[in-house]
Amino acid sequence: MSGWPILSVITFLPLVGALFVALIRGDDAIAQRNALFVALWATLITFLLSLLIWIYFDPNTDEFQFVEEFPWLGGAINYRMGVDGISMLFVILTTFLMPFCILASWHAIKTRVKEYIIAFLVLETLMIGVFCALDLVLFYLFFEGGLIPMFLIIGVWGGARRVYASYKFFLYTLLGSVLMLIAMMAVYWEAGTTNIVELLEYDFPAGMQTWLWLAFFASFAVKMPMWPVHTWLPDAHVEAPTAGSVILAGILLKMGGYGFLRFSLPMFPLASDVFAPLVFALSVIAIIYTSLVALMQEDIKKLIAYSSVAHMGFVTMGIFTGTVQGIHGGLFQMISHGIVSGALFLCVGVIYDRMHTRNIDAYGGLVNRMPLYAVAFMVFTMANVGLPGTSGFVGEFLTLLAAFETNTWVAVLATSGVVLSAAYALWLYRRVVFGTLEKDSLKSIMDIDRREIVILAPLVLLTILFGVYPAPLLDVTAVSVEALAQDYQAAISAAQAQDSASLGGL
Amino acid sequence: MPGPAITPELLVAMSPELLLAVGAMVLLMVGAFSREGALGIVTGGAIALIVTAAALVLITPGGEPQTYFGGSIVIDDFARFMKTLTLIGSLAAIVMSIDWMRTARLEAFEYPVLIVLATLGMLIMVSAGDLIALYMGLELQSLALYVVAAIQRDSSRSTEAGLKYFALGALSSGMLLYGCSLIYGFTGTVELEAIANIVGREGASLGLIFGLVFLVAGLAFKVSAVPFHMWTPDVYEGAPTPVAAFFAAAPKVAAMAIFVRTLISGFPTITPEWQQIIIFVSVASMLLGAFAAIGQRNIKRLMAYSSIGHMGFALVGLAAGSEAGVRGVIIYMTLYLFMTIGAFACILAMRRNEAAVEDIEDLSGLSRTNPAMAFVLAMLLFSLAGIPPLAGFFAKFYVFLAAVEAELYPLAVIGVLASVVGAYYYLRIVKLMYFDEPAPAFDRMSRELATVLGISGFVTILFFAFPWPIIQAASAAAKSLF
Repeated sequence: MSGWPILSVITFLPLVGALFVALIRGDDAIAQRNALFVALWATLITFLLSLLIWIYFDPNTDEFQFVEEFPWLGGAINYRMGVDGISMLFVILTTFLMPFCILASWHAIKTRVKEYIIAFLVLETLMIGVFCALDLVLFYLFFEGGLIPMFLIIGVWGGARRVYASYKFFLYTLLGSVLMLIAMMAVYWEAGTTNIVELLEYDFPAGMQTWLWLAFFASFAVKMPMWPVHTWLPDAHVEAPTAGSVILAGILLKMGGYGFLRFSLPMFPLASDVFAPLVFALSVIAIIYTSLVALMQEDIKKLIAYSSVAHMGFVTMGIFTGTVQGIHGGLFQMISHGIVSGALFLCVGVIYDRMHTRNIDAYGGLVNRMPLYAVAFMVFTMANVGLPGTSGFVGEFLTLLAAFETNTWVAVLATSGVVLSAAYALWLYRRVVFGTLEKDSLKSIMDIDRREIVILAPLVLLTILFGVYPAPLLDVTAVSVEALAQDYQAAISAAQAQDSASLGGL
Repeated sequence: MPGPAITPELLVAMSPELLLAVGAMVLLMVGAFSREGALGIVTGGAIALIVTAAALVLITPGGEPQTYFGGSIVIDDFARFMKTLTLIGSLAAIVMSIDWMRTARLEAFEYPVLIVLATLGMLIMVSAGDLIALYMGLELQSLALYVVAAIQRDSSRSTEAGLKYFALGALSSGMLLYGCSLIYGFTGTVELEAIANIVGREGASLGLIFGLVFLVAGLAFKVSAVPFHMWTPDVYEGAPTPVAAFFAAAPKVAAMAIFVRTLISGFPTITPEWQQIIIFVSVASMLLGAFAAIGQRNIKRLMAYSSIGHMGFALVGLAAGSEAGVRGVIIYMTLYLFMTIGAFACILAMRRNEAAVEDIEDLSGLSRTNPAMAFVLAMLLFSLAGIPPLAGFFAKFYVFLAAVEAELYPLAVIGVLASVVGAYYYLRIVKLMYFDEPAPAFDRMSRELATVLGISGFVTILFFAFPWPIIQAASAAAKSLF
């Protein structure tokens, strides 16, 4: 499988699709339909090709696979791509969610369809690039480049407060990232390379690690988003069109967690260890506080947005335990959350397309008219709560297990977040789906049609499948995660040994 | 000491300058002695001159630096690179003025001639190996620019811009000259290399530092860096738009080139002495450029503040004082040149019913009335804001890379934070174009403007795919100064 640059093909295929869409003439209904079909095919082919990575992926090694390298900026900065057990699933998740986004936009987007599609396809290229890049500068290029299409998606096709939300999204994330850029430059001069593979082996001096860790943290914490820098997320989620919310929750948020796994933990283990209590504190606050905030929401999308922040709290908590279970749990939680929260936003999109409101009070008793919808929504709600048997359970359980081992209090407090998440999610479900159907506006609402079944059914199946049988996800990541945790622990004990040795020598 | 002999090598090496000097005078005669319709011929001639000069610069083989006229003129990779950039900027300025002259019914054949003369001054500046050549080139350039700013003599705004520019420019030339004379007085030479030797041997005396400060102040005026930036917004706003487009591009490149050459070649051993000045100027420019542009409604004023900010970013590279820093400055100026020319091509295309409009609100909804122009302008603005993968990101990347190498962390951090603030006002224009309801459509863009915009957009958007030729040439150019 080393004959052709598969990662580059997958990364840039959507861009080719975008070029085709740009070439479509006219702006009538037929042109719009053609554009949508081109996009659907482009994303589907990309997804099918990306499955090849999974098939040919060797789960028995923690080395990077499918590595490509071309000269780029000269010196030590080159175009390098490759995946390992940690990044591979994110690539698949990205390519998997994109066709759903296109399908979800089929009728929802009425104006400037071509531009919309182009923005989405460009965004897909940039997102896949983030997870494949094996060079710091290349990574940053993809990481920040995504701001441009997302800014336009929120601002052009968003809701009433779209301008505010798009500015906030753009400037917030940019502010976090530029500090990381400076840190990347410092890394370059210290280690003499931006090759991520070599940097993973490099031992940064302990004092420098602190600063570098903080700069990277500034970027990833905003992207994640962690409390207290999460405030851009509810705004961006609420105002973005359905597909934009799916991408935001499903993939863009995962870049933060991916960044922690790829950079913070392995490159700056000593600083990660020092700052772990801080991360735990922020995570626990995120879990409890944003769950309480979610309870108070009137807007369905906003509620799900806050629940995303809470769930990401579990991820950061798990990752920074530095144990195999914690990292595994965080990784699994991210993939599962990508599917579940994406699906929840798609569910909101279904009723929003019909009623054009996201207000919880505008609904009630939907089960009477929309039984299929009620089933799908229930599965995702349960997964969001973390019910055993759904994919949401596995990740939360593993991260809590790891937290319990590391710090019991953190685990106890975080577990109370699980209870709270049950409260807001079930209450939401109760208010929207159950009860008697009293509102006149809802009396003629139709159940999900064929297109929507095509969208929701695979997601329901995967949610349950990965809940009952998580092995396919855990197996491919296992070796990489174990190596990561081992190196992390080894680095910390080496530093401790050195400390005690120097103390003993005094 | 006998004067230098005129040798064939000298003629070859100076051929671009000689060509422009002779050509400009010929064109002036053509314009003066033909009755009507001279503008077309003179413009065509000026374009041909600049293209030929650029070709001559490009075909001169690279390699070791050569000096002529007893060290007054230096021809090295740095000079060649910056001359090419300057010529590109001048060429774009003339091409972009064609349509404007036509609609403004301005039969000013002097305009292309003055641009050629200014360009000649810039080429001498870029190659200046001593303070006399520096001043000569600078003044030739400046005098031509003062007149160009006031070229629309019926417009009070244009004459005001010319006068303002002249008064402040004269002041800065005075400061520069004063600085030069102090440096000469305390070192006994005007040649940069000799100054470097003497300073390296004897250290910096207080008088020399004084001279250096005045010299830097004069140069900072020419690149419009804070606190010598006051003229920029007024001149940009008042001068005819193609003139503002010219001011924003080529003279900035040339002035930055001589800024770099003077400090790096003339005072390499006392880097810490001038480094602190450059750091202050750079930080002040970046912050002022970022914050002052937020309130602007006139797009030319906004671009003026934007250019102040960009000069601040470019100076970050110079502040590093290293080879990587000079490379950063060169790459920055290259990409800035293309971006700013493209942005001004868009501003020139903002015409309704044959009349130019300059308010940023006029761009509202451009993405519906003219999607292609809106797309390219949006990309240029994102690029100016420094968002990857566009060219502007790489420009900032290389200067900050140098700053981090030189361990100027506070400067780098302030710089990137200023770039985030700056992103706000670029986003505001993108927001107007993409999110808001359309204003009436603009007139059709002329073919010349569309070509210039196309090239600039092409470079800005696709630089990331083929960055190596420019980066390699910039590295070689930077190397020739050390």
